[in-house]
Amino acid sequence: MNGSALLPWMLVVPLSWATGTVLLAHRRHAYTHAFNTVGSLLLVALAATLYWVTREHGPTTHALGGWSAPLGIGLRADGLAVTLVLLTAIVSGACGWYARTSERTERQGKGTSQRYFWPLFWLLITALNGIWLADDLFNLYVGLELLGLSAVGLVALGDGEASLSAALRYLMAALLGSLAYLLGVALVYASYGTLALPELAGLLSREPITQLALALMTVGLCLKTALFPLHGWLPPAHGVALTPVSAMLSALVVKGSFYILFRLWSDVAESVVTPLAAQALGALGAGAVLWGGWQALRESSLKMLVAHSTVAQLGYLFLFFPLAVGTGASAAALATQGMLLHLVAHALAKSAMFLASGTLIASVGRGGVSDLAGVGRHMPMSLFAFGLAGVSLMGLPPSGGFNAKWLLLQSALAGGQWLWLIVLLSGGLLTAGYVFRVFRESFRDPDPGGGRFTTTPRAYDWVALALATLSIALGFASRSPLAFMTNGLAVMVRGQ
Amino acid sequence: MSADRLYAYVGAALVALSLYAFLVHTHLLRRLLAFNVMGGGTFLILVGLAQDGRGPDPVPQALVLTGIVVAISATALAIILLRRWFVFSQATALPEDEAQ
Repeated sequence: MNGSALLPWMLVVPLSWATGTVLLAHRRHAYTHAFNTVGSLLLVALAATLYWVTREHGPTTHALGGWSAPLGIGLRADGLAVTLVLLTAIVSGACGWYARTSERTERQGKGTSQRYFWPLFWLLITALNGIWLADDLFNLYVGLELLGLSAVGLVALGDGEASLSAALRYLMAALLGSLAYLLGVALVYASYGTLALPELAGLLSREPITQLALALMTVGLCLKTALFPLHGWLPPAHGVALTPVSAMLSALVVKGSFYILFRLWSDVAESVVTPLAAQALGALGAGAVLWGGWQALRESSLKMLVAHSTVAQLGYLFLFFPLAVGTGASAAALATQGMLLHLVAHALAKSAMFLASGTLIASVGRGGVSDLAGVGRHMPMSLFAFGLAGVSLMGLPPSGGFNAKWLLLQSALAGGQWLWLIVLLSGGLLTAGYVFRVFRESFRDPDPGGGRFTTTPRAYDWVALALATLSIALGFASRSPLAFMTNGLAVMVRGQ
Repeated sequence: MSADRLYAYVGAALVALSLYAFLVHTHLLRRLLAFNVMGGGTFLILVGLAQDGRGPDPVPQALVLTGIVVAISATALAIILLRRWFVFSQATALPEDEAQ
């Protein structure tokens, strides 16, 4: 089979399902649910095939409609892109299942929210796949905007005023971020006359205008990735959204803008970036790890706790920059591996954690951490999924999170950068702190008069447990997917 | 100075002005307008700077057309959310901003 022919389907399928769900909006729920199940399964099957084909035959490209760059839209699939396409299919499939279950049991009669949910859900997947597979700066911009708009729409579907104000705040941040990025793109095109990533990689040089362009794009992308101290919009947006939406936002959406940043810094503008700027990004990442962890420790609402944890975990991703720029080849290679593994492990663990939290809240009926008393006895499965995800987030062995942090640690040692070691360790302690806080509350005896629990559907637990198990399983089998993901990346080629 | 260069400078001035407006205003409609002006400025830079001294270039024009479509969709979404927010809360700014 030809990988190149498969590429456009990764966009066509979710886009068709987005259109289809608009058409099915007024039909019976059963039709929509069957349609969405087929779509999710198809997407996972296609992504797995693409993964397998790329593994066998190497990276491929595809010019949509036969139009090549600069006017046409090019798609490119290397190991990293294909892995993220598969990750998106799996996580979105799980969240879609959770959402279908919750629509069947809880949200019957809330017509408007359901009418918009599925089209936005599929558009979000289209945008994500568009970003993973894009081959030029402008299509990345379009993907980024589409991602932001559909994510904002999904946040607004939550209940009441809080979700509207969170969506508006998110929208303002997203719009500002993508315009800063577009301004950088304009400067790049004016200087080099092309926007194709592979071409630019050979062209860019350390001139003031290129540095300005890169700085603008970096600031815009950091705002969209909610890097400390630009993270203010994230906790409310991820905290008030519907549970499956929160899971997708934290697991996948914020990674979209980070992925672009990573491609820019390590593949394209390698000759433009300076170690000083990389250290600055790392310092902000460290700030995110500590501040996000601290806020999560103090947070009184369970979903907001998990959202603050996302701020902290995103900080780890930014430690890649100081560890990889201006250090030795082996330190850079280790940092790349650690960061990418963290990205995947966090996506699986955080989506599991959000889904498990949503189940706990649905059972208790209230969203506070202190309301969880007694839940340990009544909801062992959900709490177990929460705990497994917590193990990976804390970086305890054996888990994907442990391997990722271990690689980052090794990279800090290889590069002689002790400071980042302290950040890694204290971040782990803070994570342990807020995960155990949830457990302590859950095993408390309920207050007299409290402790009435609603039974939740079994499927909730299975979905969360499956994702959490995957994040743990990554700890046992991370070598081969990691080698495939990093294969061919510029930063790895240098290290060989 | 060529006309294209002038467009780019005007675009830069618009971006600077509207960025200021975006950051200081709390009224959501004003911020949305600032975003639209900022978009216009960015498009001027995109076309003006790319064509400066090189003559007409279809690529940035195509990019700007796409950019305009994106900006309109974003504005439409923002207006819907804004109206709903106003109906719910009778406020024109976000709660965090109003407190300041």
